[in-house]
Amino acid sequence: MTIKELAEACGWKLLAGEDGQDNLADGCYVGDLLSWVMGRAQAGNVWLTVMGNLNAIAVAALADTSCIVLCEDAALDQDAKKRADMQGIPVYGCSPNLYQTAVQVYERLK
Amino acid sequence: MSMLHLEYQVPGDDFTRAGEASGDVKHKLKKLGYEPDAIRRVAIAMYEGEINLVIHGGGGEAVVDVDPDRVDIELIDQGPGIPDVEQAMQAGWSTAPDNVRALGFGAGMGLPNMKKYTDEMTIDSTVGVGTTVKMAVFPGRKG
Repeated sequence: MTIKELAEACGWKLLAGEDGQDNLADGCYVGDLLSWVMGRAQAGNVWLTVMGNLNAIAVAALADTSCIVLCEDAALDQDAKKRADMQGIPVYGCSPNLYQTAVQVYERLK
Repeated sequence: MSMLHLEYQVPGDDFTRAGEASGDVKHKLKKLGYEPDAIRRVAIAMYEGEINLVIHGGGGEAVVDVDPDRVDIELIDQGPGIPDVEQAMQAGWSTAPDNVRALGFGAGMGLPNMKKYTDEMTIDSTVGVGTTVKMAVFPGRKG
């Protein structure tokens, strides 16, 4: 399933990185500590977090997560948005909390 | 002489620029056709190293040598040095200040991640003089 399809199914709003929406979703990882995420998330994972800063974009780019989903209406910084657009890292936003969003992803990807 | 020799200056205390060097290396390795897993390991280990240079080293230098069978990364700073390398290598051990933690760093996973994702790693550190971290990734191993 592409990230775009998953985002539509889950009702996420695209915040940045439109060019990367054809990435394939392969599993999911939840976390806010960036080094923890880099140490544990797998390539292709849908990454659920509340960290919407530049460094989160760098982590997604370097660790090859398929997208970032900012849950609980967490904000995406302006400079982070620019970087995500530039690098084609899809960033979505949603209101449900991290757990609820993880359940949604599980239901769609199982 | 390596096939490709790259040098980067990593400025201290500028989190917005951390990741530029590792991003560039990732891009170049991709173009050279290295396997995705090896590229990812190099990118993560080098980014963690860059972040360390920014947080702890007061900036520094990243030197990368690319060969068909290995990618070597050297991170050099003239920062305060690491008094106890063994302790610093423990997952969860961190001396990062609160402002750094607010950005999502400082989990004490930087050096452990660098070790985890590389095939060789050595730390040479002298208090008051600086730290040099050498890492090597051999494509096709680990992962």
